[in-house]
Amino acid sequence: MGVTLTRAAQWTSAGSGPGTLEITPLNESLLNEIIKFTEGFCSRHPQEAAFVFREPLEWKTHLDYSVFESGYEISERTVQSEDKDKDGQPLLLLTASTIRVRSFGELSRLLSVATEKKLKEAQACLEANRDPIVKILGPGYGTVEGEDMSMLRLLEKVKKDDDPETEIKMKISLLLQQLDMQLLNSSLKHISREVRLTPTSVKNEVELLKHFSGKREDTVLESLEYTSDYEFSNGCRAPPWRQVHGEICYLIVKPHDTNPLFITCSTAGVFLNGGREKEKDDIKYERKSDIYKDLVTFLRERSPKFLENMAKQEYTFFEEPVHEKQQHLEIVDTEDSGQSQKFYDCSEKNVFEKMKSPPVKGKPIDKKLEPSLKWKDIGLAGSQDAAKKDIKEEKEVKPISHELKKKQAFFSVYCSKVSEKSEEASESSSESEEDEEQPERHQEGNTDLPSEYWQIQKLVKYLKGGNQTATVIALCSMRDFNLAQETCQLAIRDVGGLEVLINLLDTEDVKCKIGSLKILKEISQNSQIRRTIADLGGLQIMVNILDSPDKDLKCLAAETIANVAKFKRARRTVRQHGGITRLVGLLDCVSMGLANPTPSQAKDIEIARCGALALWSCSKSIKNKEAIRKAGGIPLLAQLLKSPHVSMLTPVVGTLQECASEPSYRLAIKTERRMIENLVKNLSSENQELQMHCASAIFKCAEDEETRDLVRQHGGLQPLATLLSNSENKELLAAVTGAIWKCAISRENVTKFQEFKVIETLVALLTDQPEEVLVNVVGALGECCQEPINRAIIRKCSGIPPLVNLLTGTNQALLVNVTKAVGSCAAEPENMMIIDRLDGVRLLWSLLKNPHPDVQASAAWAICPCIENAKDAGEMVRSFVGGLELIVNLLKSEHKEVLASVCAAITNIAKDEENLAVITDHGVVPLLSRLANTNNDKLRRHLAEAISHCCMWGSNRIAFGETKAVAPLVHYLKSDDTAVHRATAQALYQLSEDPNNCITMHENGVVKLLLGMVGSTDEILQEAAAGCIANIRRLALATEKAKYG
Amino acid sequence: MNRKKLQKQAEALNRSARHFRRPEVECLIRLFHTLVPEAGERRGAAGLDRNAFRSVLHLTFGMTDDMIMDRVFRAFDKDNDSCVSVKEWVEGLSIFLRGTLEEKMKYCFEVYDLNGDGYISREEMFHMLKNSLLKQPTEEDPDEGIKDLVEITLKKMDYDHDGKLSYADFEKAVRDENLLLEAFGPCLPDIKSSMAFEMQAFQETHDL
Repeated sequence: MGVTLTRAAQWTSAGSGPGTLEITPLNESLLNEIIKFTEGFCSRHPQEAAFVFREPLEWKTHLDYSVFESGYEISERTVQSEDKDKDGQPLLLLTASTIRVRSFGELSRLLSVATEKKLKEAQACLEANRDPIVKILGPGYGTVEGEDMSMLRLLEKVKKDDDPETEIKMKISLLLQQLDMQLLNSSLKHISREVRLTPTSVKNEVELLKHFSGKREDTVLESLEYTSDYEFSNGCRAPPWRQVHGEICYLIVKPHDTNPLFITCSTAGVFLNGGREKEKDDIKYERKSDIYKDLVTFLRERSPKFLENMAKQEYTFFEEPVHEKQQHLEIVDTEDSGQSQKFYDCSEKNVFEKMKSPPVKGKPIDKKLEPSLKWKDIGLAGSQDAAKKDIKEEKEVKPISHELKKKQAFFSVYCSKVSEKSEEASESSSESEEDEEQPERHQEGNTDLPSEYWQIQKLVKYLKGGNQTATVIALCSMRDFNLAQETCQLAIRDVGGLEVLINLLDTEDVKCKIGSLKILKEISQNSQIRRTIADLGGLQIMVNILDSPDKDLKCLAAETIANVAKFKRARRTVRQHGGITRLVGLLDCVSMGLANPTPSQAKDIEIARCGALALWSCSKSIKNKEAIRKAGGIPLLAQLLKSPHVSMLTPVVGTLQECASEPSYRLAIKTERRMIENLVKNLSSENQELQMHCASAIFKCAEDEETRDLVRQHGGLQPLATLLSNSENKELLAAVTGAIWKCAISRENVTKFQEFKVIETLVALLTDQPEEVLVNVVGALGECCQEPINRAIIRKCSGIPPLVNLLTGTNQALLVNVTKAVGSCAAEPENMMIIDRLDGVRLLWSLLKNPHPDVQASAAWAICPCIENAKDAGEMVRSFVGGLELIVNLLKSEHKEVLASVCAAITNIAKDEENLAVITDHGVVPLLSRLANTNNDKLRRHLAEAISHCCMWGSNRIAFGETKAVAPLVHYLKSDDTAVHRATAQALYQLSEDPNNCITMHENGVVKLLLGMVGSTDEILQEAAAGCIANIRRLALATEKAKYG
Repeated sequence: MNRKKLQKQAEALNRSARHFRRPEVECLIRLFHTLVPEAGERRGAAGLDRNAFRSVLHLTFGMTDDMIMDRVFRAFDKDNDSCVSVKEWVEGLSIFLRGTLEEKMKYCFEVYDLNGDGYISREEMFHMLKNSLLKQPTEEDPDEGIKDLVEITLKKMDYDHDGKLSYADFEKAVRDENLLLEAFGPCLPDIKSSMAFEMQAFQETHDL
């Protein structure tokens, strides 16, 4: 008892002097134990109960005299027990409010008298007698730290004399020690059950609750505030002299249904404190309520509304200690957290950031999601609300669905394709398909493991410890579980089943290998399992199995590889272990063309199919594409492309379209016999996936002119046009529109498309489509618009407003295409009127500010026809505030295409004199001159045109000469491009109006070059060249005249 | 034995053992006679006795389980005279090496039906599986795993839930999952040893 009282009981340490016992659950249970002991003492140990204490236990009682009845002698001031010791002293004496008790018998009687006040009395007694044993038995028995010798001493004493009193003492001492032990044990149980709060856990909980607080009715609390903004480096907010008592921070909580609550969070738990009167007052620190183990539990008790709204939030409480959870926090790859992760993971990520950042002093807590420590979202529905508040960039928080991811990856292929970005050096763009670092989701503790878990565990045991017969039985039985279910998949992994399954692949027994692969094939649908299989070296073994003579085994191995090789590292592993060559080897199947294959031949076809499946997965890495080609995969794929079966065609075409990102494949597809023909044929397949892959392969290959012609020659344009009507399947639509776009680069194809009314359909697709489709639709329209008749068609189908509307978008690939399409449309004055009315030119102009050079260039090109065809173009251009300065400044760009396009735009702008004056003021002349030294013919041509038009203002001719633009221009005449010749001759003609320029030209040997051009069939060139020569000649004559009079 | 007789015998056997070509049958007959050197001299119905046959199974096909080998011998020995005749040898090998799934199922069931009552009972299963698990010294009942395994098997294969496997049960289960063909122990050659055997036995025909 002594030990317990000093160590375990929670004494208030507040203030000095005699401490008091706090009423905590722990203390209460200790007291109850002691009371029970004392009460039962009389009956169990009557002899010992009569033992008279060395000194009385003395304390201030709350008991009234009136409660003492029979067995007591009651006088006015005192109450005495009738029992007396041998000296005649009463064993119980009550004077005033002080009570003295000298035996257990009296103690237990007293307790029975005290009835309800029992607890109080016991507490008072123990408070007054911190070490009761000393008083009971004598100072020799005091509780000492460390070794307790009292027992031994007593034993010796007993041996020495036969004093019955010593014996009783001994017994009592033993009994008390027993009690002590019992108390310690029970208090230990208590303590271990209790969670000690830490500053972090409190903080997390507060943060979490804050997110669900607010004025609204459905929140759990109205507000929740710390009383102090200052946070100490240890995470506490309580003043240091209170931290000593384990207090962490104080909170003011305003629930919906009660007055504000002043709460203390301490390491022992959460309780109500005395609050404070005014804002500046000190908090009254003493405890006013029971202690709860955490804030949520406390609030649930206090506020019914809290409880009710909590339930509405669809959260479950997790009554688990906090620290255990924190192990689950993981670093999450931030890159793909965007859409593919669950909210749960996102919040984890934030936690991680949070934990990294050191506590900032005095800074208000920034709103960030906190870990779901006590919460676990069941569905995502509930969590979205919270997520939206904080994770702005994540517009959609969707559950990871494989479909969705596939779609995204799929679209990204097209996007990157469109922007013609150079792909990453080692991996292709489609790499993004993969869940590269998908965070692992831990199962929550070991609560509620499904029954499958145990059954699977048992089966794995048999797999480990059985011979082949038992193994086969266990494998077959395992297949009866729903292996498509994540629970089972993870159960197999968690009980170490994957190791065994992979080990089985390394055995000699075919049946075990087959059984194991059948399971691996199923469970490798799960990305976590895939990773583990790769980690355990499963791929190497499966690659080796591809050499096996057993056909079933080959099939299964290839299929499993197809599943596992869905991420980069796995694909690399397959290649590095010679998997690609072996898989390509599987494709070689002679019986392909047979009408009625025998079972064995059918098996060969099946092997080829599985090989194609695996290659499809592998073909997402650039190096693998190369490896497939080197292993001679292309002719084999071409062979398989003749198959009539969709199941075969899908992986084959899938592989081909994946590989078509490589020029070598595009060349091969074009030249390999009948490949385009078969792709076209399968556009009319029943299977949408196959159609999509075919369209996508054509999309990628049709950049090449010959391929486009082949597609037309094999009648591929009509099925493409037909597929446009299928606007439900967006993936298919994106692929088909992509194919149409690329095919429309050939004029003949456009004519065909016109026949099939493709333009009308495309215009209809301008609204309500995903960007991936839009990019291609607009691209296709842009190509079709090169034909004047189609521009009219677009106008008639009212396609211009949606096109102009798209100029406000942000997708770079889309903008490039839209500007091009709008520009093409603007070539028609009637269209231009509509564009002007919709303020399309202003939109185009503002795209010059787009950071991406492709968009800038495309916008500048589109501006040219607009200025050409707009009424009052000069006025329109001037109306764009800062527009001219903007475009002149683009001449500082580093991209040739941008420069060329801007030069073209400036040519058109300069046609208006007023505007020319403005751009001159903005310094267009030196900027143009600076560009003169270039080898790029496109830039040369447009630059020369711009210079020739800019000459028309003021002293610009002289300025061009001064900024040394003339000499390089002369050299343009040596270019092979006649368009450059024409533009240059015109520019030179303009420049030659200035004598100094003539001298420069002459010095650079312009005459001889121009003389040749005078004989050109191009009249404009002829004229300009002749004019220039005339100017030079005139100058020469004038000089001579001046010289010789 | 003269060549004519051999050819005649081969022709006769070729009708019943239809998975082999004639020359292959001849090879098997010849092989039979090398395995039974004093054939024809000792008794009329001469052939491989149990021990000789078992040694063939063991050495050529790598079988180890005595009980299964006994049962395989019985399956070969159709007339139950404790001796595999030429006819039984060729016909047996026809199924053993090249049988269809149907034939193999019948053969395997015959092997596993230890008492030949047309059912594989719990006890028979237990008997055949009793050595299939590594004994865990910690377990109180070392047979518990085996019993459990028998139950698992019954759960998987006993479609009519009568607590034993009829041929119908067995057939259905095997058709559903081919791996269960040799559910109670290996009684067919694995692909490697059968290929090795065929290569060796039919070497001469390839040469021809």
